Amino acid sequence: MSCEPWQCGEIASTKKANPITKPEIAVAMIKRAQRPLLIVGSNATERYMEGKQLIEYVIEFANASKVPVVATAHMVGEFIKRGYQPAAFMNAMEIGQRVVDPEWMGLDGKGHPDLVLLVGLPYYVESLMLSGMKHFAPDLKTMTLDNLFHVHAAWSFPNASLEEWAANFKVMTEKFNGGN
Amino acid sequence: MTSKNVHVKIDEMKTNSGLIKNFELSIGKVMNDNYDEPMGPTPMPSLTALRDWDMKLLTKYKPFYMPDCDLCCLCTFGKCDLTAGKRGACGLDIATQSSRIVMLACAIGAACHTAHSRHLLHSLIEKYGRRYPLDVGGLNIKVEAPVSRLVTGIKPETLGDLDDILTYTEEQITQVLAVGHTGQEGNNLDFESKAMHVGMIDHVGMEVGDIAQISALGFPKADPEAPLVKLGIASVDRTKPVIMAIGHNVMPSVGIIDYAKDKKVDDKIEVVGLCCTAHDMTRYYNRARIVGPISWELRFVRAGLADVVVLDEQCIRTDIFDEASKVDAPVIAASEKNCMGFKNRTNDSADEIVSDLVSGKVKGVLILDPEKVGEVAVRVAQQVAPIRKRKNVLPSIEEVTQIAKTCTQCSKCQRNCPQDYAIPAAMKAAAQGDLTLLTDLYETCIGCGRCEEACPQKIMIHSLIIKAGEKSMLCEDNLCRSGRGAVSDVEIRNVGSPIVLGEIPGIVAIVGCSNYPKGGKDVYDIAREFASRRYIVALSGCSAMSAGSYRNSEGKTLYEEFPGGFEAGGVLNVGSCVANSHIAGAAIKVANIFAKRSLRGNYEEIADYIHNRLGAVGLAWGAYSQKAASIGAGFWRLGVPVLVGPHGVKYRRMLLGRKEDPSNWEVFDARTGDKVNVGPAPEHLFNMAETKEECMVAIAKLCIRPNDTWKGRSIKLSHYVDLSKRYLGVMPNDLHLYVRTMADVPMTMKEEFAKILADNNWKETIIPDPTLLPRMVRKMKE
Repeated sequence: MSCEPWQCGEIASTKKANPITKPEIAVAMIKRAQRPLLIVGSNATERYMEGKQLIEYVIEFANASKVPVVATAHMVGEFIKRGYQPAAFMNAMEIGQRVVDPEWMGLDGKGHPDLVLLVGLPYYVESLMLSGMKHFAPDLKTMTLDNLFHVHAAWSFPNASLEEWAANFKVMTEKFNGGN
Repeated sequence: MTSKNVHVKIDEMKTNSGLIKNFELSIGKVMNDNYDEPMGPTPMPSLTALRDWDMKLLTKYKPFYMPDCDLCCLCTFGKCDLTAGKRGACGLDIATQSSRIVMLACAIGAACHTAHSRHLLHSLIEKYGRRYPLDVGGLNIKVEAPVSRLVTGIKPETLGDLDDILTYTEEQITQVLAVGHTGQEGNNLDFESKAMHVGMIDHVGMEVGDIAQISALGFPKADPEAPLVKLGIASVDRTKPVIMAIGHNVMPSVGIIDYAKDKKVDDKIEVVGLCCTAHDMTRYYNRARIVGPISWELRFVRAGLADVVVLDEQCIRTDIFDEASKVDAPVIAASEKNCMGFKNRTNDSADEIVSDLVSGKVKGVLILDPEKVGEVAVRVAQQVAPIRKRKNVLPSIEEVTQIAKTCTQCSKCQRNCPQDYAIPAAMKAAAQGDLTLLTDLYETCIGCGRCEEACPQKIMIHSLIIKAGEKSMLCEDNLCRSGRGAVSDVEIRNVGSPIVLGEIPGIVAIVGCSNYPKGGKDVYDIAREFASRRYIVALSGCSAMSAGSYRNSEGKTLYEEFPGGFEAGGVLNVGSCVANSHIAGAAIKVANIFAKRSLRGNYEEIADYIHNRLGAVGLAWGAYSQKAASIGAGFWRLGVPVLVGPHGVKYRRMLLGRKEDPSNWEVFDARTGDKVNVGPAPEHLFNMAETKEECMVAIAKLCIRPNDTWKGRSIKLSHYVDLSKRYLGVMPNDLHLYVRTMADVPMTMKEEFAKILADNNWKETIIPDPTLLPRMVRKMKE
């Protein structure tokens, strides 16, 4: 598991992601957050782990964690088809712009998110969104749930195999479902 | 307009009133102004003349920056780390640095088009003279240069007149470049304004180049039925010597075609092109072939199909000489901007150069005389073809499997692939004799070759992909409509009213390069979807090629299925990069010809008109270049929203509206001076769509304008809802923001809308005569 950017050119200068060495760390951070938000991109139906689409893992995780989901691209219909209603659907840039705006009061109008999770966007799109958040919302915590290391995030899983990725999702979901 | 230099010198003259000695009078230009429109407020605008307009747009559409680099390394104070609010040694922060890079990219793009136009103009004036008349559409076009008239206030009539216009654009580009120096502009919005300025200038530069070449080289003149020309690798007759030109400047190709015709060998050789030069060579000679977009350079050369490679300018692989050398194809560089390290042989005899290239004594030459390029290329191709016998560097199918076995599955190829394609999985399957995945990659690969650069085993991965896709490559035989150039005044008169009232739901301009996320088929699908819905679909450049590269169930290409006019359901190819100016020109002409707004030096009013009334959207699905950035910036300043594909995020900044903020969407009602909330129309000025599906819906929404009549709005909303249901699987969640009166609601959707409107506390509002400019209000409220 390396902590180099998955796409080799997406390098950072002085502020680089902290690696999430085990899924329990991610769970603890999400539990600590008051207003987490999960942004899910178009690769949710393109990427598979153990014969199952990423979106299935995301739905299980979202149901367990109760973290509200923003579906980008055309993912909203894919979620609904699978019986999950995301909290919102919007363009990736639109949600990116809102989370770097300190005046934005979140999807429910009750407060700005304090933790933004991202998963399943095209790597380079997610990387640049994270860069925008790093620079223009430096107090915002960001985390990716991908198996690809994102150097611009505050927290990222290292590059990992599909099997490890699936295992991480299972552990995170279990922990929110009341597992130890 | 005509102009000339005047110089009077009198050594000695006696008159009744006295003696004149050594009198000398010099006048730069005498203007003969035949342009009867009154001059508007901003002819030849300086850097700041339209700044207020830009700031109106930038207040409405705020930049969202996503820095591609945390550092600034442009001066020796640096590298400066600008992370998260830190300022550099010069005081610049990351937002300002990001906007500075945007501006510089646009300046490079504008310089590129303008320098191209300058070269064309020099060549054409040298050949045809300054007084050669402009003719871009005969009697069908009175407004021959709408962008130039709007920006400069000049109505050009001859090639010489274009010289004056270009001089202005060159000065402005220099001014903008100067702004990029360390210690100049210190505010991000001012950089953004200057990016828009140079984008506007870019459209002028492009227009000059294209109307010059249309007029002097006999290209199709606003012809909806411009010839259908062959497109695709299989359309090339590989039994004949093949000359392949790459780039954007048609002059060397003109030299080749003229020489071949003159020597009556034009039916004995194949002249083919890649990228925009291909469009322009087919506009000059409809038996030329378009091989495909820029990204197909490696596949054509490595497959050994080119006997001679001629390079002009822009978007050419800088390692193409190495690639051509491997297949023994001589290279002729033909542009001062792209000398490739070759010896300048312009003044040598053609016999000598031909001999050196055919014998292999030299593998590449620089020739800056297009006519000599023509002679050398044709003669070398004829002599080299039988020697090289289509030498290629592709492995056999058996070798593909053997080579794939050397792959160590390190994944460096995938990690360096801009598309993040699963190349290791394809290599693993190939090693087991299954080439299916490699063949799939052929369909979507953009041909950059970064996978090979990263491979520690030095596997020529792209060659394996080409070999796996060879069968399909050799079946690519399609049609593209030759670039028609401008939109005629008659066409504008016919569609002006239905466009402005919203009854033709929109103009979708699909332009730009081929850095597509999943291959060119997306471009075809998008174009076909909107043409079928009777939008006007205007294409250019590599996108126009990709759109022609697929066929419907009846075997027809897009250009055969739909008419080529600027009309509802029309699919028109305007031509090469520089022909993009005709799309902006068509929008401007709607304001002028249909709405009778004065063009001359009247930029702000016309942009305000277009922004509030004309449902036009630009889509650069595969945009990669600085030129694409400057073309986009020219549309932004006109108030036309631009969408890019996912790679467009690397332009590192979007211009986004916030639909939930009502103050964002207020306009003046020009009838009363009242401020009216017109909703998010258009919602964004520059945005990225992540997938084709999202793009379809975004285009329909971005065509909505404040001025739509209820009938027009109803038509636009029905497309928006229908596309959203089909591609997103849901009803849109913002419909209440686009309904002004119940008459706006599509007839068949009354019930669905009623619930949405009730849930959102919707209130009826008026349809104003919208403007962002207080001076356009006819009766201002006290």
